[in-house]
Amino acid sequence: MAIKTVINAAGRSVPLEINGQPVIPFKGVGKHRPSGRKYAPPIPTCSDYPENGNKVVSSLEEALRKCGLCDGMTISTHHHLRDGDLISNKVFELASSMGVRDLVWFPSASFPCNDLVIDYLEDGTINRIEGSMNGPLGRYVSEGRMKGTAVLRSHGGRVQAIQDGEVKIDIAVLAAPSADSYGNAKGTGGSSACGVLGYAKADYLYASRVIVVTDNLVDLPCFPMEIEGNYVDYVVVVDKIGIPEKIVSGTTQITKSPDRLLIAELTASFLEKSGILRDGVTMQAGAGGTSLAIAVFLHQILKERGWKSKFGFGGSTRYMVKMLEEGQMGYILDAQAFDLESVSSIERNANHIQYPVFNAYNYHSKGNLTSMMDIMILGATEVDLNFNGNVVTHSDGYLLHGIGGWQNCLHARNVILPIPLFRDRIPVIVDEVTTLCGPGELIDVIITERGIAINPLRNDLIENLKGSGLPLKTLKELKDEAERICGKPQKPEFEEDIVAAVKWVDGTVIDVVRKIRF
Amino acid sequence: MKSRIVITGNYGPKVRSDCEITLELRNQGGMSIDLVSKVKSLYGESIIKLSNEVLAFFSVKDASVKINDSGALPFVIAARIEAAIKKLIDTDLEYLPEFISDNSYSTLRDRFRFSRLYLPGNNPALMINAGLHSADGIILDLEDSVAPEKKDEARILVRNALRQVDFCGSERMVRINQGPVGIKDLHSVLPHNVNLILIPKCESADDIKKVEKEISGIRKSKNLKNQVFLMPIIESALGVENSFEIAKSSENVVAIAIGLEDYTADLGVPRTLEGKESFYARSRIVVAAKAAGIQPIDSVFSDVADMDALKANVMQSKTLGFEGMGCIHPRQVSIIRQGYAPDEAEIEKSKKIVLAFKAAEHKGVGVVALGSKMIDPPVVKRAQKSIDLAVRMGVLSADWADEIQL
Repeated sequence: MAIKTVINAAGRSVPLEINGQPVIPFKGVGKHRPSGRKYAPPIPTCSDYPENGNKVVSSLEEALRKCGLCDGMTISTHHHLRDGDLISNKVFELASSMGVRDLVWFPSASFPCNDLVIDYLEDGTINRIEGSMNGPLGRYVSEGRMKGTAVLRSHGGRVQAIQDGEVKIDIAVLAAPSADSYGNAKGTGGSSACGVLGYAKADYLYASRVIVVTDNLVDLPCFPMEIEGNYVDYVVVVDKIGIPEKIVSGTTQITKSPDRLLIAELTASFLEKSGILRDGVTMQAGAGGTSLAIAVFLHQILKERGWKSKFGFGGSTRYMVKMLEEGQMGYILDAQAFDLESVSSIERNANHIQYPVFNAYNYHSKGNLTSMMDIMILGATEVDLNFNGNVVTHSDGYLLHGIGGWQNCLHARNVILPIPLFRDRIPVIVDEVTTLCGPGELIDVIITERGIAINPLRNDLIENLKGSGLPLKTLKELKDEAERICGKPQKPEFEEDIVAAVKWVDGTVIDVVRKIRF
Repeated sequence: MKSRIVITGNYGPKVRSDCEITLELRNQGGMSIDLVSKVKSLYGESIIKLSNEVLAFFSVKDASVKINDSGALPFVIAARIEAAIKKLIDTDLEYLPEFISDNSYSTLRDRFRFSRLYLPGNNPALMINAGLHSADGIILDLEDSVAPEKKDEARILVRNALRQVDFCGSERMVRINQGPVGIKDLHSVLPHNVNLILIPKCESADDIKKVEKEISGIRKSKNLKNQVFLMPIIESALGVENSFEIAKSSENVVAIAIGLEDYTADLGVPRTLEGKESFYARSRIVVAAKAAGIQPIDSVFSDVADMDALKANVMQSKTLGFEGMGCIHPRQVSIIRQGYAPDEAEIEKSKKIVLAFKAAEHKGVGVVALGSKMIDPPVVKRAQKSIDLAVRMGVLSADWADEIQL
C-alpha cells in the first residue's frame, strides 16, 4: 500500500502517517508551535501499594505480569548500562515465553549487546523499535525486515515525545545499580555502577507502570534518589543487571591515530584563534578518541592562559575530571559518565553534578541548556555542501547509529564537527546527505585533517580568522579533494518502502530512511 | 613451471586501506572477478573497472581474481594487481596511475632536514595522509620495514604512491635496499620525481659511487631532469671509521645519517637511553659531516609514546651538533622540529652579539665587546648561524635588526 508523502521544509519526501499514526512534516527550525497540555500517566492510589513500602516481587516475570503486560504495549528501557545491559533483552525473552506479541520497544538507545532482540523481532514479540539502531540491528531494519517502522529520536526528542504524549509508555523497566525496596534508585554503588540514571527520568515520571530492577538492594533510603520510589510499582532483585566491564569503558582512550590527532590539534587552534575559547567558556565534547584529544588540547590552552571554563556538560570523561580537579573547569554537569574515573569523581567532587538530560535537552520546555554552550564538539557520518548533517546512516544507506543528543546539541552557539575527510575511502562530505538529521543552518564549522570549512552564515568567524594562518577552505574544495583521492562514489539504491522515520527535536519528521536495495 | 595462483597485498581485521589479490591464470574461460569489499556499494563498479583495465593492460585474458578489499585507494588496488601479475608473467610493462601535478617539485641542497618521517613501504594506510604532518622529508622505506618476500610488491606500491600521494612539499625520499635489490628499487622509483635516496648500511665511498653510477645511468636512459640527492646511513663500525670519505664521496651527498640499532648490534652492546655506547660514533658522524659541509642527521627515537624522553633526546642530539633526526610517528615531527630550532634565550643572546659586532664594525673598532666582556670572532659566527636559522625557520623576522633600531 502506497503511503501518502509530502515534501517537508527541508525538501525531503516524508509520509503523513507512520505506524498508523498521523505525523507532522518538518516545518523549519523553530517553526513548529506545539499546543495543548502535556501528557500525564494514570492516577494511582497508595491503597494499591504495601503500607510497609516493600514493593519487592520474586521475579521480573512476576512484575511484568502484575503490570499487565499484553500485546501491543510500549516497553521502555534506558541505556545507562551501555553494552553491558542484561535487562532489556531479558524483558523480551520473558515476553516471548509468555506469548505476548507486537510490543514496541522504546529504549533511550541500543547497543551491540541488544542484537539479541532480533530474535524477538523475528518471532513477532516485538513489532518495532523506536530508538537507535546499531550494527546488525541497523542492518536488519535497513533491509526492511522489521514489521513496524522504526522511529529515531534524539535524547531530547525522546523526552519531548514522552511529555507531549506522542509515545505513551505502558511499562518502564529500569535497571538500577542500587535501589531500595520502595523503588528509590541511583546509578552508583554495587557492582554494576554506571554513575547516573538521567535518561530514565522521563520514563519513570510518565510511564503507566514502572519496574525497578537491581542487583544491589540497599536499606531505605537509597540516596540520592535519581528514581523516586513514589513513582515505582515493583522492585525486582536479580543476580546481575549488567556486565561491569562493558558498562563503562574502563578508561576512555585518546586517539592514537596521527590524522585524528591532527584534527584535534586544528580544532583547538581554531577555537583559540577564533576567540571562541575564552575565560568563562562553556563546553561539551563527547567520549570519542578525537573529542578526548581536543579536551586535552583545550585544557592545555586554558592552563597556559590562566583561564577557567565556567562549566562543561557531560558525557563526562576522565579528561574533563582532570580539568575540574586542576581548576580549569568550574563544574561538570553530567548526564552520563563514560569511564570509571568519572563515576568515582561524581562521589568525590561536589562540583561534579548529576544533571538529568531531562532538564537539558527537551525542545518543548522553557529553555535549552545546549543553547547556552559556547563550544559544542560533535561528529557526523556525512555532511553535505549545505552543511546538512547525517548521523544515523552511512553513505551506503545502512542505519548504523542512533541520534543520541546530536540534534539537541546543534542549538549551541558554535557547533563544530571535527571529522576525517574520508574514512577507509568513504568520503564524509557529499553532495546531499543520505539521511538528513540536522539542518545546515545549525552547523557552523567542519574541521578535517585537510582543512577547515566555515558555514557562510558565520561571517563573524570568517572575519575573525582572516590572516590566522589556519587552512580555511570551502566545503566544495574539501569535497573535491576527497574525491580526487578516493574517487567519486556511486549512490546506494533504495526501494520505496520506508523503514525508519527521523524526528526533529520538535517531534516533526525531518527525513525517512528507505529500504536498501540489496 | 611457475605456480599459477599467487596472492599479494594484505587483508585482515586490522588492515585498512589495503586489499589482497588472489590471482589465478587460466588457459581459457575469460575473466572472473570476485570482489569482497566494505565499500562495495560505493566503489564496487569502479574497483571492477580498474581491475579489468590493469589486467587488460598486461594482456591477461583468462584469469580468476579474488579481491578482498578494506577501502584501498585506486593506486593501491592497481599496485596489488600489477604485483600479482608480475609474479606470474615476466614483463617490463608498468601500469602507471596519473602523476599528480602537486608532486612535481624539486628540493634544495641545503633545505632543512630536521624531521624525516619513515613510512613502511608496504603499508598504504600510513601513506595517504603522511604529507599532512609537515615533516621536512617523507621516506618511503623499501628496506628494513618490508619483509623479504614482500619487496617486489612494495616496490610497485611505493612507485604508485610517489605518483598519487600528495607529499604537500615534504622532501620525497626513498630508502632503497642494499645490493642488487636496491638497484631494482632505483629503476622502479627514480622516474617518479624522487628528491633523495637513502642508502642504508653504507661502509665506504665505493658504496655511494655504485649507487650514483646506477642513478646517472637511469637518469640518462629515461631522460630525467630532476636532481636526486643522497643520504648515506652509517650503521656499522666500519662505516663510522669511513664516515668522512663517505660524506665527501659525491656532491650529491647532502646529509649523512647514523642508524644506531644496527651500529650497536655491530658493536655487540645494548642500545641505552643514555647513549654512552654511541657517543663516539655520533660525534664522529657530526664532525665528518661538518668537515664535508653537509648535514649530520641523528638516529630515530623508537619510543613513540614517550614525548618527554624524545624531547630530551633531541636536546642532547642538538648539543652534539646534529641537524635533524628520523621520525617513526607523525607525532614526533613537531617536537623534533621545535627541538632543533634555536630557542628564545639563544636567539636573544645571538641578537645582542650580532648587534655589538655590527656596532664595532661601524665604529671601525677591531674588538667586539658586550658589556665588559670581549667577544671572539667564532662566537660572533655562531651567533650569526643561530640568527640565520631562526630567520629561515620563521621564528625571527628577516629584518629583525631594523626593527630593534626603530
